Amino acid sequence: MTFPDGTEALDGISFSVSMGEFVTIVGPSGCGKSTLLRIASGLLEPTSGRVEADRERIGYVFQDATLLDWRNVQNNVELLPQLHGFPKAERKRLASEAIELVGLTGFERHYPKSLSGGMKMRVSLARTLTLAPPLFLFDEPFAAVDEITRQRLNEETQALFQREGFAGLFITHSISEAVFMSTRVMVMSARPGRILSEYAVPFGYPRQADLRFDARFGELCGEVSVALEGAHASEASHE
Amino acid sequence: MSEADHEIEPALSEVDADEDEDEARRGAAAWTYLAPLITFILIIGAWYFISYVRMDAVRRRTALPAPHTVFEDGLLVWEDRKGLKPILEALLVTSRVALIGLGISIAIGVILAIVMNTAKWAERSIFPYAVIIQVTPILALVPLIRNWYGFGIPARVVVCVLIAIFPVITNTLFGLQSAKEGHHDLFTLHHASWLTRLWRLEMPGAMPAFLTGMRIAAGGSVIGAVVGDFFFRQGEIGLGRLIDNYQKDTRIPELFTATIVACLFGIAIFLIVGWISNRTLKHWHESARNYT
Repeated sequence: MTFPDGTEALDGISFSVSMGEFVTIVGPSGCGKSTLLRIASGLLEPTSGRVEADRERIGYVFQDATLLDWRNVQNNVELLPQLHGFPKAERKRLASEAIELVGLTGFERHYPKSLSGGMKMRVSLARTLTLAPPLFLFDEPFAAVDEITRQRLNEETQALFQREGFAGLFITHSISEAVFMSTRVMVMSARPGRILSEYAVPFGYPRQADLRFDARFGELCGEVSVALEGAHASEASHE
Repeated sequence: MSEADHEIEPALSEVDADEDEDEARRGAAAWTYLAPLITFILIIGAWYFISYVRMDAVRRRTALPAPHTVFEDGLLVWEDRKGLKPILEALLVTSRVALIGLGISIAIGVILAIVMNTAKWAERSIFPYAVIIQVTPILALVPLIRNWYGFGIPARVVVCVLIAIFPVITNTLFGLQSAKEGHHDLFTLHHASWLTRLWRLEMPGAMPAFLTGMRIAAGGSVIGAVVGDFFFRQGEIGLGRLIDNYQKDTRIPELFTATIVACLFGIAIFLIVGWISNRTLKHWHESARNYT
């Protein structure tokens, strides 16, 4: 991927994510992770190469919750089925189910202004879940919430993944978040982004919160961390 | 003291605190009304002082009659062509002109904003002319309006529109363009049509800014209607023309009354539009409330 201003953002990246796989990409800031996700979703056309993905009902969770301020939780979650022309009753049912899945039952009539950052993210997740998308893309969705909320959202996302069995592609800066949720972690280099290394995560699902205190978990985080430092070093040598 | 007493005590003190807070709030609310009332009394006092101490009998009659004279000769008289009756009849004419002007401004203004929002080239082609309408003095346009629309009500409506349309266009356009990139991405990902994007994302998102524009436009259309009365005198008599007549005939108490009525009308329109925006936006984010 090369932008019109000549910036080479991504180079020679090739990978696939199957159903039931949760792949996370970690990499230094500005390495083109988000660009990669935008290309995967079809929001950006690649300058070369190609993407094969089922984009009819794509799931895309943004960095920001991107809720509509004038709609309450229920109507925000109904947005995507509405855009896809589902009948009203169907929309209502899908939204109620999704709201229950993210644990927000009882908050249907609340407006975004009265929700915390973590709750807004849950609404955003619920909105995406209504379409039961086969491909779920996450663009650093939990970067703006506090650490405890983030860990809880990681646990919930992992449970959703186990339940729905979608193909997940997740982008983050956080190594422990990556290892905790994923079946596979990929480390990307600084611009132009390349995949430097890949780690299979051996833990089964459902994963419990205390997995984070497991020695093997720590070891794997350490390995990814060393690889990520290498990615930063390559950035330094470029400058 | 028994255990039960211990349990009751904190509950009681909480009630006390609530009452204190209530009292403080009531005090603040009372002050909100008391402060302007005191100002009002001071102004009336100054009015009496100037009218009786600084002026002789002739000037008191032609320049500044005392408040009670205005009240007795203007507000309390109800006859054909005298006192409050012709003033309220003129108010009806003027308010009709203002409302029609406001309605036309909103309709055309919103449509232009939507057109300008669809393409950058449309915005570039239209916006400079909206600015020209805004900066051209109405006085300079009076001869043209006279040529095209005559001397009656339609010409007055045109003056209203010329004053009120600009804030509608700019605020609505700003509102339509305030949808975030993430929201647009979301609608793009789910194959939303142009119309869906406009109806479900851009128009509701534009509401706070649009209502701000409407508030400014409402005030502008009242001014436009009164100003229009001065220049376009054919047909039913509006407030502006009445004020002008009273000044020429030195019917000063009625002149004051008509001016006060015009002022109250402006305030009423402002409050009504403000009430509408607050009702519409009551669930919205802080950023939305800041507009109003």
